[in-house]
Amino acid sequence: MDNTMRKRWISLYVENQVGVLSKISGLFSAKCYNLESLTVGTTEDPTISRMTIETLSDEETYEQIKKQLNRMVEVIKVIDFTEISVVMQELMFIKVKNCSKEDKAELFRIAQTYQAKVRDYGHDSLLLEFVHTAHKNSAIIQYLKSEFKTIEVVRGGTVGIEAITMPKR
Amino acid sequence: MKKISGNKLLVKALREEGVDILFGYPGACTIDISDEIYKQNYTKVILPRHEQALVHAADAYARSTGKVGVCLVTSGPGATNLVTGLATANYDSVPLVCFTGQVARHLIGNDAFQEVDIVGITRSITKYGITVKKREDLGRIIKEAFYIARTGRPGPVLVDLPKDVMAELGSGEYPGTVNIRGYKPSTTAHIGQLKRAIKMLGKAKRPLFLAGGGVNIARANESFRKMVEITKVPVVTTIMGRGAIPTDHPLFIGNLGMHGAYASNMAVGECDLLFSIGTRFNDRITGKLHAFAPNAQIVHIDIDTASISRNIKVDVPIVADAKEAIDKLLEYVEVCDTAKWLDEISVWKRMHPLKMKLKNGVMQAQDILETINEVFKDDEKIVVTDVGQHQMFTSQYLEVNEKTRMLTSGGLGTMGYGFPGAVGAQIGNPDSTVIAISGDGGMQMNIQEFATAVLEELPLILCVFNNTYLGMVRQWQKLFYGKRYSMTDLRSGAATRRGEEKPPTYTPDFVKLAESYGAKGIRVTKPEEMAPAFEQAKKNRALKVPTLIEFMLDPEDQVYPMVQPGGTLEEMILD
Ligand SMILES: Cc1ncc(C[n+]2csc(CCOP(=O)(O)OP(=O)(O)O)c2C)c(N)n1
Repeated sequence: MDNTMRKRWISLYVENQVGVLSKISGLFSAKCYNLESLTVGTTEDPTISRMTIETLSDEETYEQIKKQLNRMVEVIKVIDFTEISVVMQELMFIKVKNCSKEDKAELFRIAQTYQAKVRDYGHDSLLLEFVHTAHKNSAIIQYLKSEFKTIEVVRGGTVGIEAITMPKR
Repeated sequence: MKKISGNKLLVKALREEGVDILFGYPGACTIDISDEIYKQNYTKVILPRHEQALVHAADAYARSTGKVGVCLVTSGPGATNLVTGLATANYDSVPLVCFTGQVARHLIGNDAFQEVDIVGITRSITKYGITVKKREDLGRIIKEAFYIARTGRPGPVLVDLPKDVMAELGSGEYPGTVNIRGYKPSTTAHIGQLKRAIKMLGKAKRPLFLAGGGVNIARANESFRKMVEITKVPVVTTIMGRGAIPTDHPLFIGNLGMHGAYASNMAVGECDLLFSIGTRFNDRITGKLHAFAPNAQIVHIDIDTASISRNIKVDVPIVADAKEAIDKLLEYVEVCDTAKWLDEISVWKRMHPLKMKLKNGVMQAQDILETINEVFKDDEKIVVTDVGQHQMFTSQYLEVNEKTRMLTSGGLGTMGYGFPGAVGAQIGNPDSTVIAISGDGGMQMNIQEFATAVLEELPLILCVFNNTYLGMVRQWQKLFYGKRYSMTDLRSGAATRRGEEKPPTYTPDFVKLAESYGAKGIRVTKPEEMAPAFEQAKKNRALKVPTLIEFMLDPEDQVYPMVQPGGTLEEMILD
């Protein structure tokens, strides 16, 4: 069995009930499973929510995670996203502060390269919106951190859905 | 249909679910339900003296009858007193439905009087829990609660009932069927997997059955015994699985694990196929994980997928109800050539039989249990233990067979389970002899239940193994902590701290205590008093009173064999 730690993704259909989110996240904390990110929202059926869960784990633990999720009464379906073609994106805002004029010009170029939107800007700061994979967003943070004095980051967590044709992670 | 209150619908639901015994303790948030039950006067309500005792009683009632145990307690402190009992039942897969009162909806979240988020508190120790937020959901939720509690891997379900929801008028309909999208327990075994397992069984030179509590829960004992007799494969059990096959059966080796029999632990170490059914491979039975059954391929039948390949990697996983799987297996299994293997095992058995180091003329735990085996040989009986040395002694020496069942808190190891457990078992089995075996520590954790036992006229036999210490912890202190008996002497206090001699009196005087409640009390200090005491207790049953027998034991008695925590099964401390 593959026992290396790696990122794995689960898409989860759950009953849209109070307390379900805390039950799911409570499972991860109670059993000491790693939870990298968890996003949730309702689906086309308002009684059902869908979650995207990202975890860093070995194969054995991952099997347990799926089994433990599956046995919860509120969980309708567990889909393993690790090996199938999915489209995954994460919304991320980065505010760059203490910018000089040159900094701002540079940031506009960066925005163009990374297909980011400039959502707002002022005298010495600028707000960018990125929608990429979590992996790419992380790389962008690293880069901006090294180039600018102060940045503020908000990430929304990954949401994913099975791809129709093109895999993209 | 006429509109009725939630309270009325609850009572109707209980009736339709066939609940004839309800364990209840009242409070402001459930007084309306109590009132409705009183008015309709259909079910027997038992009022234990503490909610923890209440849930243990319901738990043992469920374990011993196979029915769902039903609890009703009030909000806040009533509900939080359930916590230990819920965890106990959850760990040992006991079907319970616990109704908790809750403050009215507009007060929830306001730190109202006696408000707690009991569903939140118990989320990780129940199979399912829910607060009923809308009156129209009440019937469905109750129906689902009973269904979830008793199907699949059974467990406790908590239904939290806001007072105003229960007062509200609504439909009087109680649904007849359940449909939960996310919950479809499967019970039937995959036939291909079963055949693989049988093939392995046929090839194995040293096959071994390991039976856990799942065999007892599924009531698969009879089928299991048949399978064992056809195949001639020897059996070890966990403590929860004790009685899966009669303990005097020639193919039964003993319990395995921390206080398992020498031969059992050796057999696990040497077997080449471990065919396990209904066990979680808890650390108390495996010892050091990677040294567990090192030479064996492992087959595992369990109703709970999450129990499979969690601690021990399994070669053939089979998700199924134990009874259904074994009954299927019975169609295919054949005799295995185990003669040589059985010889090896019998050598281990003879080398180190289960036996306490006998002390001449001094009463020991083993003697008490052998006396029970003897005096109550022909009784249909249920033995309920507490937790500690006495529990391990019981699991080693009590004969469990078609006539005898043993109930014990195996997974959580809950002190205080024994006495209220006996109360629940006796209520569910009025014709059986119910014997509780407790330590002087555990007995004091729910001693107030004398009131319940006496007033309900329960002819219990309560054995207190009094070694004046929290014996099991003392054993660890003796073996691994240089005899520093910190916090385990039950008769020390201020006087000891001042350096004075220990107070010579009994603390408490269990015999007088029993008598003060109107029960009978007998103290036994010598071996020759044991059998007469049990005979007397047996006679007292006709008087419909509980009898407590206090056995004065030597604090130096230790439970052996013992696998050191974290050690491998084959390295046992033998005496
Ligand atoms: C509620 C609870 N508290 C603490 C423990 C830890 N514990 C396990 S065995 C034991 C000692 C039990 O002493 P006693 O009831 O006198 O029985 P003995 O071991 O002497 O037979 C303790 C304190 C426990 N299992 N449950």
